[in-house]
Amino acid sequence: MNELSKTRIHIFSGHFGSGKTEIALNFAIAAKNAGNKVTIIDLDIVNPYFRSKDAKEYLENNGINLIANKFASTNIDMPIVPAEVLSVFNNDSGVVIFDVGGDDDGAYALGRYLRFFEQYGYEMHFVVNTRRPMTSTTEEFLEIAERIESASRLKFTDIYNNTNLSVMTDENTLLSDYGVIELLSKKMGIPITAQCGTEKALSKIPANMKKFKIETYLKMPF
Amino acid sequence: MGEVVLMKGNEAIAEAAIRSGCKHFFGYPITPQTELSAYMAKKLPKIGGTFLQAESEIAAVNMLYGAASAGVRAMTSSSSPGISLKSEGISYIAAGDLPCVIVNIMRGGPGLGGIQAAQSDYFQATKGGGHGDYHLIVLAPNSIQEMVCLTAEGFNISEEYRIPVMLLGDGTLGQMMEPVDLEQIPEPVFAEKPWAANGTQGKRKPNVIKTLELAPDELENSVWERERKYSIVKEKLQKYDAHDIEDADIIISSYGITSRVVETAVKMLRNEGVKVGVIRPITLWPFPEKIYKQVNPKAFLSVEMSTGQMVEDIKLACECKSPVYFFGRTGGIIPTPNEIVDKVHEIMKEVM
Repeated sequence: MNELSKTRIHIFSGHFGSGKTEIALNFAIAAKNAGNKVTIIDLDIVNPYFRSKDAKEYLENNGINLIANKFASTNIDMPIVPAEVLSVFNNDSGVVIFDVGGDDDGAYALGRYLRFFEQYGYEMHFVVNTRRPMTSTTEEFLEIAERIESASRLKFTDIYNNTNLSVMTDENTLLSDYGVIELLSKKMGIPITAQCGTEKALSKIPANMKKFKIETYLKMPF
Repeated sequence: MGEVVLMKGNEAIAEAAIRSGCKHFFGYPITPQTELSAYMAKKLPKIGGTFLQAESEIAAVNMLYGAASAGVRAMTSSSSPGISLKSEGISYIAAGDLPCVIVNIMRGGPGLGGIQAAQSDYFQATKGGGHGDYHLIVLAPNSIQEMVCLTAEGFNISEEYRIPVMLLGDGTLGQMMEPVDLEQIPEPVFAEKPWAANGTQGKRKPNVIKTLELAPDELENSVWERERKYSIVKEKLQKYDAHDIEDADIIISSYGITSRVVETAVKMLRNEGVKVGVIRPITLWPFPEKIYKQVNPKAFLSVEMSTGQMVEDIKLACECKSPVYFFGRTGGIIPTPNEIVDKVHEIMKEVM
């Protein structure tokens, strides 16, 4: 599929505000650029703001299929999942990316597709940002991971480190609490697949670590 | 640099309140402020505080009334339609001369309106909402850093003057994420509260907090007494941010998230050589009228996410010495820098 994974179905989950949507959008673009047919599913039933659907035009211009709640980014908060989601579980759907709502609240929406995930296989990526409140220690991450796994009835397969401070991110931010993430990886028994960030954030990442360069797609109007 | 974290506006207000000694929160969920309640629900029990999700906004505000009467630091938060429901209770809290912080993360209105960001509750916040001769001190931050600082200051000011404080944000400020240095939060300054109904311990006469005065002259006295306090606040608490006002042909005023868009527009205009300046009210009540009396532009422009509710305060403040223009979007739409630039060009043609 691309250099990060061979699997077809990808789920990005984690604490709300950890950067799941940005990572999912960038992952979709990367998969498209690698020559795949790509669908991204905005499965956020928690937060009606800053979600994949906000990048609709960009995705469509890049030939990426977007499945989203038709009420997303409108004036109504309607936590529903679109019926079309069921259409992606067959082998000619290409790469499918689930952008899930934050925490266990968002992960409940995955449970409905459990038998399909079991049948077709999946990777569920734990997006982590140690500079968010309530997820700065390994214990806090473990607690949230357990709640998400229990709500979704799925298992995390790896970790995407997305530690950042938005506009204040510098060369040292990404690995600033790396020990927390390494311990998390050890305790969960899953690898850290990628260090995610902008060019600047990635500039000091050692060569032996896999980098995932991201562009910011959800921007403020100023 | 201190302890910098990446926070949503709603979470940041909650964390700032907790660090300011607020241990009591009463709320009822509403988009786009829900993360504030959720954060309080997670954190307050861990520090021995009380989080209570009430059965309605009306119940929540009356719980706040009770907690504030007992002299503890307490908060409630909501969004536009929820604040309308709380307005009766807010009037009672003002009449009881009770300190507390009320958060409004505004959404589109009137009615149920919509969940996207708006600034259409300016009148409600600054001119009443509830009944009677009362005011709230209204603070309008434009960044998440300023939001945490004003939350802390809000508690201090509220206790100092015994006037409820409203922190007025909008859906965008509530939902967006920015880095915040939590060590910059001002220290809590706790006022003595000899008036608090917090138990006599058998050592004093009971304190009674009430808003009913049987004799009209007693009610009148209490209203004028409060009015004197408002005069002091008007004199001492006017807060604003201003720049490029000395040579400005046009001074743009906006508050909250809109001022961030205005800053981009001002940079674009200054690059073109257009002399524009900025006065950004931080206290909406008291309105920072003094600064408007010191400047002499050819025109003022108010930019808002409403149909122009701040215009009349600017007119009163500048005593209509120059025309006051307006540009706004509403219904959940944020103005763009280009729209503001175009409006300024249009005004320049008329006044130059």
